[in-house]
Amino acid sequence: MNENDILMQIKELSVTYETRLGPVSAVDRISFDIYKGEILGLVGESGCGKSTMGKALMRMIQPPGYISNGQLIFEGEDIMTYDEKQMRDFRGRKVSMIFQDPMTSLNPVQRVDQHIVEAIQMHEPKTKVEQALERAKILLQKLGIMENRMTSYPHQLSGGMRQRVMVGLGLVLNANLIIADEATTSLDVIVEAKLADQLKEIRDEFGVSLLVITHNIALVAELADRVAVMYAGHIVELGSVEAIFDNPMHPYTIGLLHSVPTIKLNEREELYKMGGEPPNLTHPPSGCRFHPRCPKAMPICTTHEPDFLMAEPDRFVKCWLYQDHPEKESQSTEVSK
Amino acid sequence: MSATKENKSSEYLVEVKDMKKWFPVQKNFIDQVFARELEYVHAVDGVSFKIRKGEVLGLAGESGSGKTTIGRVTIGLEPKTSGDVYFDGIDLSTLSREELRKLRRRMQVIFQDPLASLNPRMSLGESIMQGLKIHYPETAPQHRDIAIETMEKVGLSPARFYFNKYPHQISGGQRQRVVIARALITKPDLVLADEPIAMADVSVRALLLDLMVQLKEEYNLTYLFITHDLATAKYICDNIAVLYLGKIAEIGNLRDVYSAPLHPYTQALMAAVPVPNPHDRRTTPMPEGEIPNPIHPPSGCRFHPRCPFAKPDCSKVEPELREIMPNHFVACHYAEDFK
Repeated sequence: MNENDILMQIKELSVTYETRLGPVSAVDRISFDIYKGEILGLVGESGCGKSTMGKALMRMIQPPGYISNGQLIFEGEDIMTYDEKQMRDFRGRKVSMIFQDPMTSLNPVQRVDQHIVEAIQMHEPKTKVEQALERAKILLQKLGIMENRMTSYPHQLSGGMRQRVMVGLGLVLNANLIIADEATTSLDVIVEAKLADQLKEIRDEFGVSLLVITHNIALVAELADRVAVMYAGHIVELGSVEAIFDNPMHPYTIGLLHSVPTIKLNEREELYKMGGEPPNLTHPPSGCRFHPRCPKAMPICTTHEPDFLMAEPDRFVKCWLYQDHPEKESQSTEVSK
Repeated sequence: MSATKENKSSEYLVEVKDMKKWFPVQKNFIDQVFARELEYVHAVDGVSFKIRKGEVLGLAGESGSGKTTIGRVTIGLEPKTSGDVYFDGIDLSTLSREELRKLRRRMQVIFQDPLASLNPRMSLGESIMQGLKIHYPETAPQHRDIAIETMEKVGLSPARFYFNKYPHQISGGQRQRVVIARALITKPDLVLADEPIAMADVSVRALLLDLMVQLKEEYNLTYLFITHDLATAKYICDNIAVLYLGKIAEIGNLRDVYSAPLHPYTQALMAAVPVPNPHDRRTTPMPEGEIPNPIHPPSGCRFHPRCPFAKPDCSKVEPELREIMPNHFVACHYAEDFK
C-alpha cells in the first residue's frame, strides 16, 4: 500500500479515563492505518477498548475520558489540531458513526425524512428542503427503504430499517469513513446478514471506508478485508482477513478463533477453552497484557511489553514469539538450566 | 395417550401438546368505550414437543418467535392459554399452587443476565443456598457444605473464597457460574436455560458451554436450551426446534436438521449465521423483511410473505407439522422438494 491509498493514520493513540481507582488507559499507544475503500474489522471482547477507539477517531470521548496521546491524521491533516468548529464539520462530512441501538440514536419525534434533511442542512445550510428531500429519497431507495416509509417515525420502523436509516444518515454527506460500532449486534441473524450485505454494497458503490467494530468474529470473516484484533487496550494483531483466519500468529488470536462456534457440522467439534478472563485495566498485567492467559508465555512476557511490529508485509503482531530481545535469550537459557 | 398424575414413569420428562399462549393487548380508552373486541399477541400458537430424560432440546428462533414464552409456560412460570404440559407425567394444570411450588425444585432456570438474576445485597453463598432454604429447610445445618461442594463443581474455586463475595465483585463469567450453581443445588431434573451464554464473551462462552455439558452428565440433567444462536446450539443440543412466529417450523435431531434443513425458514436462518472462515462466505441472498406482527400473523403458512419458494396455496392453507424423514418434522407443504 502506498501513501495515496491511506485514508486515515492513527499514530500512538492513547485514551485515558480518570477514575477513582486511578487513570485507566482504555486505548494504549495504538497505531494503524485505514485504507481508502476498505472494510476494516476491529474485533475484541468487552472491555478491550474497541468502542473507545471508535469514538476517539471522531474525538468524541467524553470526560472523565480524554485523548492523552497521539495523532489522528485524516487525508494528511492532523485532526487533533482542529478546533471544535472544524470538528463539527469533520464529523458527518468526513467520518460518521453508526451505533448499536438505532432507537437511541434517532430522534423519536422526528420523521425519517426530517432526520436526513436536518443532517444535510446542518452541514450545507444553502441546500433547499426540496433538494435535500430528493437526495434523501434516492439514497434511502438504494438502502431498500421505499418512499412511503420516509414519513414514518422511528418507532414505526423495524430494527433493521432503523439501522438502515442510520447508514443513510452516515452516507448522505458523502463521508469517507463510516464507523459501525456493533451496528448489527442487536439485530436478528437474517436481518444482520442483510445489513452486512448492504454495507458491502455501499462500500462498492460509494467507495467509503468502513471500520466495523464488533465482538462477532464470524461476522468479520464474512465482511472484512482486513482485521485488527484488540486485547486489553492494545491491537495485538493486524492483517488481511485471510492471513488472520488461515494463519493467526498471536496466541490470543489463535485461542479466540478456536473458541468461535461454527454451524458447520464436522468442523470444529470441540471449542478451545481459553483460561481466565480479560484483565481489569486499572491494574493491567505487567509486560504483555495477555501473558497470564497465554499458553506460550515466556519469562520475558511478564516483564517487557512487546512492540507492535511488522511480521510479514501488511501483517503486524505484538508478541515476543516473533521478535528478539537481548533478555529473551538469556532468560530462556536460564529456564532451560 | 393420556398421561395423568398416575402415569409417572414416562420416558419423556417433558411433554407439551398444542401449547398456546396469547397475551391480551392493552385496550385504550376509546376501545373500551366502544367495547371493541380484545386483540391478542399470539406469542405461542400451538406448539407440541417432547423431551426425553437426559436429552437437550434447543429452541431456536429470532426475537419474537416465542421461544422464551414456551420455556416459561413449560415450567409453569406463566399460565398457558390452552394445551397440555406434562412434567414427568404430571399435568401441571392439575396442581395446586403448593404442589407446583414443591415440584419447582425439580425444574430450575438459568437466565441470560446473571447480574439481573442475582440479588446484589446477598453474598454468593447466600444466593446459592436459597433453593435449599426453601425446599429443604429441615437440612439447614448441611446447607453450607452442600453449597460449597456445588460451587467447586461449577468451577468457583476455592469456594470458601467466593462464598462471602457479592455479585459486583466477580466477573460476568463467574456470575453465570453462580447462577448455574444456584440452579443445580436442589438437584433438579430439568433445567431451563434461556440464552445462558449470550452475554458472555467468546473466550468465556466456550468454558460455560463445556461446563453445562459436563454438569448435565454429572447431575443427569435434561435441558431445555433456548438460544438465538444456531452455531452455539450445535455444541450442546441433541434435538432442535426452529420456531417462527409462535409455531414450530422444523423439529428433529440436530444433526439431521443441520445437514438437511427442509423448511425454507430454517434454510435462511442457517445461511444467515456467519461462518468464521473468509473462504466460505455466504453468497445466497437473504429473504426480505422481518418477523411480522404476532397480533395479526399472516394467513396460511406464517413464513409465506418472506418465503422465496412461496406458491399460491401457501397463503391459504396452514401447513401441518409432518414427519418427512424419520424423527424429522417440518411444517411446509413442499418440504419433500427440499430433500
